[in-house]
Amino acid sequence: MTSPYPILSILGILIVTLTLAAGLIWLERRLLALWQDRYGPNRVGPFGLLQVLADMIKIFFKEDWIPPFADKAVFVAAPAIIVVTVLMSFAVVPVAPGIIVSDLDVGLLFVLAMSSLGVYSVVLAGWSSDNKYALLGGVRAAAQMLSYEVFMGLSLMGVVLLAGSFNLTAIVEAQRNLWFVAPQFLGFVLFLIAGAAETRRLPFDLPEAESELIAGFHSEYSGMKFGMFFVGEYLGVILISCLITILFFGGWLGPVLPPIVWFLIKVMFFIAFFILMRAALPRPRFDQLMSWGWKLMLPLALANLLITGAVVLAWRS
Amino acid sequence: MFSVVRTIWYVLLHMFHKRITVQYPDEKPYLAPRYRGRIILSRDPDGGERCVACYLCAAACPVDCIALQATEDPTGRRYPEFFRINFSRCIFCGFCEEACPTYAIQLTPDFEMGEYQRPNLVYEKEDLLINGPGKYPGYNFWRVCGVQIGGKDKGEAENEGPPVDIHSLLP
Amino acid sequence: MKMATVYVDGRAYEMDPKQNLLHACLQLRMDLPYFCWHPAMGSVGACRQCAVKQFKDESDQHGRIVMACMTPVAEGARISIRDPEAVEFRQAIIEGLMLNHPHDCPVCDEGGECHLQDMTVMTGHDYRRYTFEKRTFRNQYLGPLVNHEMNRCIQCYRCVRFYREYAGGNDLNSFSLRNQVFFGRDRDGVLENEFAGNLVEVCPTGVFTDATLKRHYTRKWDLQMAPSVCVHCGLGCNITAAERYGMLRRLVNRYNGEVNGYFLCDRGRFGYEFVNSERRVRQPVLRGKPASAEPALEHLRELAGGSVIGIGSPRASLESNFALRSLVGAERFYAGVPGAQSRLLKQMVDVLRNGPARTPSLREIEHCDAVLILGEDVTNTAPRMALSLRQSVRQQPAEIAERMRVPLWMDHPVREIAQDQKGPLFIATPSPTRLDDAAARSHRAAPDDVARLGFAVSHLLDQGAPADLPDALRGPAEEIAQALKSAKRPLIVSGPSLGSAAIIQAAANVAWALPGAALAFTAPESNSIGLSLMEAPALDAALAAEADTAIILENDLYRRLPAAVVDEFLARFRHVAVLDCVESATTAKAELVLPAAAFAEADGSLVNSEGRAQRFFQALLPTAPIQESWRWLGEWETLDEILGAMASALPHLATAASAAPGASFRMDGAKVPRSPHRYSGRTAMLAQIDVHEPKPPEDRDSPLSFSMEGTPDQPPSALQPFFWTPGWNSIQAVNKFQEEIAGPLRQGDAGVRILEPGSQRPPFFDQIPPPFQARDGEWLLTPLYHIFGSEELSRLAPGIAQLSPQPYVALNPEEAGQFGGEVDLLGQRISLVRIADLPRGLAGVPVGIPPFAGLDLPMWSRISRPS
Repeated sequence: MTSPYPILSILGILIVTLTLAAGLIWLERRLLALWQDRYGPNRVGPFGLLQVLADMIKIFFKEDWIPPFADKAVFVAAPAIIVVTVLMSFAVVPVAPGIIVSDLDVGLLFVLAMSSLGVYSVVLAGWSSDNKYALLGGVRAAAQMLSYEVFMGLSLMGVVLLAGSFNLTAIVEAQRNLWFVAPQFLGFVLFLIAGAAETRRLPFDLPEAESELIAGFHSEYSGMKFGMFFVGEYLGVILISCLITILFFGGWLGPVLPPIVWFLIKVMFFIAFFILMRAALPRPRFDQLMSWGWKLMLPLALANLLITGAVVLAWRS
Repeated sequence: MFSVVRTIWYVLLHMFHKRITVQYPDEKPYLAPRYRGRIILSRDPDGGERCVACYLCAAACPVDCIALQATEDPTGRRYPEFFRINFSRCIFCGFCEEACPTYAIQLTPDFEMGEYQRPNLVYEKEDLLINGPGKYPGYNFWRVCGVQIGGKDKGEAENEGPPVDIHSLLP
Repeated sequence: MKMATVYVDGRAYEMDPKQNLLHACLQLRMDLPYFCWHPAMGSVGACRQCAVKQFKDESDQHGRIVMACMTPVAEGARISIRDPEAVEFRQAIIEGLMLNHPHDCPVCDEGGECHLQDMTVMTGHDYRRYTFEKRTFRNQYLGPLVNHEMNRCIQCYRCVRFYREYAGGNDLNSFSLRNQVFFGRDRDGVLENEFAGNLVEVCPTGVFTDATLKRHYTRKWDLQMAPSVCVHCGLGCNITAAERYGMLRRLVNRYNGEVNGYFLCDRGRFGYEFVNSERRVRQPVLRGKPASAEPALEHLRELAGGSVIGIGSPRASLESNFALRSLVGAERFYAGVPGAQSRLLKQMVDVLRNGPARTPSLREIEHCDAVLILGEDVTNTAPRMALSLRQSVRQQPAEIAERMRVPLWMDHPVREIAQDQKGPLFIATPSPTRLDDAAARSHRAAPDDVARLGFAVSHLLDQGAPADLPDALRGPAEEIAQALKSAKRPLIVSGPSLGSAAIIQAAANVAWALPGAALAFTAPESNSIGLSLMEAPALDAALAAEADTAIILENDLYRRLPAAVVDEFLARFRHVAVLDCVESATTAKAELVLPAAAFAEADGSLVNSEGRAQRFFQALLPTAPIQESWRWLGEWETLDEILGAMASALPHLATAASAAPGASFRMDGAKVPRSPHRYSGRTAMLAQIDVHEPKPPEDRDSPLSFSMEGTPDQPPSALQPFFWTPGWNSIQAVNKFQEEIAGPLRQGDAGVRILEPGSQRPPFFDQIPPPFQARDGEWLLTPLYHIFGSEELSRLAPGIAQLSPQPYVALNPEEAGQFGGEVDLLGQRISLVRIADLPRGLAGVPVGIPPFAGLDLPMWSRISRPS
């Protein structure tokens, strides 16, 4: 089921996601302030909304500096990769019935594939900067992505088993009676954690880690190249929120209100939750992160898959 | 794991707390008299410059942003010929006030001294000197010290006996 | 030397048994407070501050409090500095001293380098309990150099001990009694002694302070300092020059055990103000108009390319003279010294190089036990040497004390034992000198008769020496010869000041006739000996030289030759270029004047009268275009380059290059900082010009840095910019830098000797002059030197200028009777002064004071009643 107006959908999704990503900057700062008993940006325009515009103007006019010691081609490509891969993932996200760019049968696999590619951005940025902090950030990102990718995919397989499809629209439709969060609660928690790690959001921002690595992989970036990493990160937050909504919370399904509104409400809720996590949680040590991933999350994800598989098998037979 | 969830919950509850931000400049905060803001040079109760150019503030300054030159009026009263504070370097630590033996240099509860041009942050004595004793009314160094200046002869300072008559033969 | 083991707070130390405990403890770098003790003046036990506990033996727990400065070091002695009772005692002493000390520190010039402050902190006294009145005093006016603030006095008696007993002054004394003891003069007036400036350093607090510093006061911690050498006479005393805000602020003594020790003369200490004078040349002047550096330098190069002669200077550094010599060629380089003086200097150098008599350092002079001064008014021609000579008369009486087993550091017992006895010091000069009171006998004689006395003494000492011994001379000559012969370390002092070669020859004969005798010559200017060693022809030879251009280096020819001669000489050249730091009659005649750096703004080397090459360094960077003369004259980038070039061109001066470490010298990779670590105001001192602080200037010429960053360790002595150690902010910190208290600095004293005696005695001089014959209506104008006024540069310092005499002519009172208060001399009306004892036929005139500057003295002249 592909959109009848592909160009319109593409443009629509592109514009909405990018605007949303920009708006998120304001939203995050306001929410963080709210939870820290502050105001946040409230001076520029109503409620400080135009702060986003001011920030964008600022970042566009900043000097776009490429360090003379950097590997120039890779240095330029790295921020593009992250934006492109995340935006590509949005192609298969069903916002509402009929609002989707390409309703792939292997939609979920495509999303996983794209998010795996996204790690190249960080690793290459870290390497091409030729800066010890950036390199450390890149190395950390590679290790973190590898570790958390594994059980991210595994944690979703329960959903796939229940829905019997990789097609995201089909997965949503399969939740008409019961959101998968109920049968797959463990899978949901695992995916939430893996998703946060995948977007390198706090508390999993070890590749950036201001207090240890200055700004990690993007230490050397400035101007709009830095802006692209920034936008990429917020796009990632939106994407993971969309996926959680689709996979565990019935996507656009809901009573009374139009489907797209339901979808947006659910997505905004998870975005807010990600911001809350940032406001509340400290950053773990790197060895803690790795041992969590391999020693706790992976076994749990495998167990979840085995039990779900067993239950589905028993149910079917 | 539970503590993580609890932390998230507690942080969420902060939504309903009162905000502590003071909406400066719509709303001015209260600053205590001993707040460490803009530095001034005060005058003694008799209206004279308190600074005796002893250089102790300059020596105490950790960023070396105070420069002055001592000079004397014809009666022997010492004062700074120039007194310069480079506020673009000042860290408002208050060491100069601690070091000052005459209560001349004082930090005031005023921090609104932003400038677009750094040279405007270089304050000379005319910019620093105020017309009163500041936080310490009543103290006049020259009434305590033993040096003779105009209007105060030897032996006229506080707690001083009259000058010794060295030609006297009385024990 | 056998050392004694002394236990201090339970630890064993090796101490010199000839010393007292305070001396020995300080030498071991212990902190023990003191006031009245001074390393050069010994112990008197007046202040009770250095109290320590002494124990009888190991089992003695009780002990008794003794004064460390009055207790000899003894084998096996046990003392405690940290004993609570001793600590409390010292604290109580300070508390007592502070009862009347005014609340002056913020406005006191001594603050920040005050020995009393240091000792108060060291003892821990911090709270005033005494609430009664403080006694006060009225201050006295003590002249333009020293300031008096008597309230601050703590009655340590150091000032009168130095002034009266060490320096021989008698117008400073202690008056009144009990807690009202007053140190000053009987009435207001200028301190008469030439070493009064040392009171500034001798006084442990702010009673005597530097009055010249007061006019541009800066704390010690704010000064940028560099090791320097005094340029106001030939002795080359070591000084520390100090800068702030681009201006030379003051000089203090820089200890050099071999040269000046702890003291300077007032000309050296206060003459520095010429550097800040209005008469400084600060811009190149081309044909009477200010010019910038480039065209001026181009013009100089152009002139140097043509037919040119160069005239050097005895007050310019070796480097500057060598630069001029290289620019114009060795055969066209002339020493800027008149022929007569040049010959005298050459004779002096030859006597010292060829003869067996060695030049003594000032320390060695202090230890000589019999002295003959021939023709020199040392106090006025080489002032610091007079202070050393004054100590030498204590040597023989000290032997009596030694026989009575009184240690020499016990100052008053030694003086009591000596009473009025003085060692043999004989002075033969035309006019009375300030050393006469210390002399066993003074002879007043005309220059030729002074020489005749010398020849007579030498003949009595060695029959091989030529003789002309009339009966009138026999008596005094025998007395002198006897004293010199029986002395262990005899010394002959002479010099060129009377313009008489015979005197120098006589002095050489005496020294050679007396094996082991030392021979000290004074030198008229800071680099006279160095210039003489360059062996350039004298100024008189230049008068005959043919050239288009004359380049004159730091030299006012009008002070060398009569004005008419100089006028004619300068008129012979199409172009005259002068490099100098101050305006003079010569710069006024020049087509091109280049601003040369004064001593505190320059790097260079000087050779003093001892033959010691010493390096001076920049204390302040001169404002462009002022720079060292050798930079104007040559293409050398650094001091090391020109020193290298000089060493290859003049091998006998090569040793001078090792007077101080080269620019590449580092201590643990760091330079030596010119400023103390508490230097203040770096980010504000230039902020009114530009808020962006400039980078500290780099110094390519020396291992010193223009900042407070650098090694915290003690550098080689030639590089020691100032003396400071934690807890010792005053100049007394020097104790911590010495190998031995009052001995050499830990890295050895600065400077290298480049004049060493020969082994063979050359034949005696035999040109004995005939006795002096007075003439009728004509008098021999004889030079009389004045510590304040006779020297060219210090005359420009306001304080020194105020003390300079007005032009006068001095006659014997009997001869003066025929004139009134004024006479006509050299076509001018001059006031007449009567000097008793001045030999008949002589007329004394002050040297270097117009109209007597530039005269070839001594010379015959008519003196008549004013018409």
